[in-house]
Amino acid sequence: MKYVDEYRDPALALALVERISRRLRRPWVLMEVCGGQTHTLMRYGIDELLPPEIELVHGPGCPVCVTPLEMIDRAIQIAALPGVILVSYGDMLRVPGSQSDLLKTKASGADVRVAYSPMDAVKIARAHPDRQVVFFGVGFETTAPANAMAVWEARRQGLKNFSMIVSHVLVPPAMQLILQSSANRVQGFIAPGHVCTVMGFHEYEELANQFHVPIVVGGFEPLDLLEAIHMLVVQLEEGRADLENQYARSVNREGNLSAQALLREVFEVSDRKWRGIGPIAQSGYRLREEYAAFDAGRIFGLRDVEAEEPQECISALVLQGLKKPLDCPAFGKRCTPMKPLGAPMVSAEGACAAYYQYKWQPREELTVQHA
Amino acid sequence: MPDAFTPDTIDSDATAPDRTRERATFLCPSPLPAGNKILLGHGSGGRLSAELLRDVFLPLFSNPVLDRLDDQAVVELGGMRLAFTTDTFVVRPLFFPGGDIGSLAVHGTVNDLAMSGAQPLFLSAAFLLEEGLEMETLRRVAGSMAEAARTSGVAIVTGDTKVVEKGKGDGLFITTTGIGLVPGNVAMSANGARPGDRILLSGPIGDHGIAILATREGLEFEAEIVSDSAPLHGLVAAMLKASPAIRCMRDPTRGGLASALHEIAAQSRVSVQLQESAIPIRDGVKSVCELLGLDPLYVANEGKLVAIVPAEAADAVLDAMRMHPLGCEATVIGSVGSGRAGEVTMKTPFGSTRIVGLLAGDQLPRIC
Repeated sequence: MKYVDEYRDPALALALVERISRRLRRPWVLMEVCGGQTHTLMRYGIDELLPPEIELVHGPGCPVCVTPLEMIDRAIQIAALPGVILVSYGDMLRVPGSQSDLLKTKASGADVRVAYSPMDAVKIARAHPDRQVVFFGVGFETTAPANAMAVWEARRQGLKNFSMIVSHVLVPPAMQLILQSSANRVQGFIAPGHVCTVMGFHEYEELANQFHVPIVVGGFEPLDLLEAIHMLVVQLEEGRADLENQYARSVNREGNLSAQALLREVFEVSDRKWRGIGPIAQSGYRLREEYAAFDAGRIFGLRDVEAEEPQECISALVLQGLKKPLDCPAFGKRCTPMKPLGAPMVSAEGACAAYYQYKWQPREELTVQHA
Repeated sequence: MPDAFTPDTIDSDATAPDRTRERATFLCPSPLPAGNKILLGHGSGGRLSAELLRDVFLPLFSNPVLDRLDDQAVVELGGMRLAFTTDTFVVRPLFFPGGDIGSLAVHGTVNDLAMSGAQPLFLSAAFLLEEGLEMETLRRVAGSMAEAARTSGVAIVTGDTKVVEKGKGDGLFITTTGIGLVPGNVAMSANGARPGDRILLSGPIGDHGIAILATREGLEFEAEIVSDSAPLHGLVAAMLKASPAIRCMRDPTRGGLASALHEIAAQSRVSVQLQESAIPIRDGVKSVCELLGLDPLYVANEGKLVAIVPAEAADAVLDAMRMHPLGCEATVIGSVGSGRAGEVTMKTPFGSTRIVGLLAGDQLPRIC
């Protein structure tokens, strides 16, 4: 496949590993921020190829994982109301709230649909003027412009039956939280390439300067990640702390200006709770007052649901890179992708789910017993 | 999993022998961890389907034939070995590049018979129609079934039609049941794999599932992705002629190649190791999978088979496959090992090894 296979070439990958090894003088702890990057590292076993001096810890960049339980409960409540069509990205459907999940709500008769784009939800709203169509808008800066576009378009078309549950989160405040923590071990970051495609990388320049930490904007293919790791190692060994851009085929400093303009038009920055981490100031988006008519929370006037995370789950530590999934006593036993206790086991891109899917050997496979 | 006991067929005419019925009064199906309602994932061929079998159907229906859990039952009758299977088809859209629900309903059942080495002979066809379905649609589908049956060399010898009220069905569902004869020297079963055996795949994976998805989602590509729906018994006969020692075969339909190999590994109490770079996948299929965040290992095929073959017979069987039009892209994709029973692993092109898990339910497209 053109423009993909080139970035998965085993010979080039091994050559990069060799270059990384030659540069290394000391051990380093690096974090890949985005869940898509974690997924690639695990899928190709890149962590096994790297010299042992490089420790990779996995960041909070999995949008499904960090969506708070209350938001999922709220979506389930709305989906269960008569006359509602709830539209969501596919991987939100299996995420358990405190009582149920959207797939089970659907099985109980709710009209829950999967979309590949929030604009599909706008189309559904136009086709069903007698129903209330609600889009479950989650994600980082990557998916935010499409969601903003859906709200903007719904207003332009004068739709009265379209609204959105907005649960958007922003990457830089989460990185800042990690860097400010006294327990922080991360010495270099691979910044999320798709987020930077939209937002540019000036926010990450500020982080690199403020905390004197090297940051490399990285892509999602094996060679992207190895090259980003190499760039970080070179910086660390030279004692530099700069922002560098590995993913230059997609990212520039300014980012996508028209997408950013649309974001400013529809959303405003607000405090946001992150599943597994807790509230982070100014770390998310909410709809601007001018777009309040499209805010599902207001339309349906839902009571605030409080949901408690299971005590045993160490996801806060995993999401901040302080612990690895295999450090958790519940991993693979009481916590699996089928019955996740916490955020990182929930989506395929969560660190725990990636370990479970690709790495974890001693498990009890479900085999159909001969009766 | 055997398609013989899907929820669709359980309520109608599946008559259990008295022995089983007596037992049923003492065995209570354990509650499903998935909850107390059927989810779409229970029909996906993954972990939830396996749980449904284990927790609901097997405790009630258990008998030596069913307990083998092959894609078809093979029963001795009057000195002959009869292969017997049934399958329900609920595909949407009804028409897609490379086939339609009618040809699929014939090929699917023919292939389930073929995986036992049987020569498929007779099919039944039951139609569940929704009030308001266009007559022309039904004619097209029936015509396609007739054509598929003719080219597969089977006869549709009995059938049934039911109509449900508008809104109570999805246009058209078809159930086909098939019988065939297994040659005397053939004994393939999912519990036959042994360490050292080779794993042979008849061609690129994912074509059917992605053709359906691309049609449903309106995704367009330079080269159209066409379903691989085809009857495989000719290929199977050619392979068995090359070596009757083949341990077992599966057509990796719903749940894909990964699920089929999981079943074999679990039932043979062996491990399976695959070579990622050896598994053929067409570019178009790869592109859609990349775009939607799907793994082609779990995507359905309707004209491919995977065979477990003793190492010494692998070359002969592979040659025979490649001589056949439906196996011309056949290749060895891995081997059977003596690691943890039921475990499927894959060697990546980078030399690392990863687990190939069993999906909980349907694959769901990711957010980003």
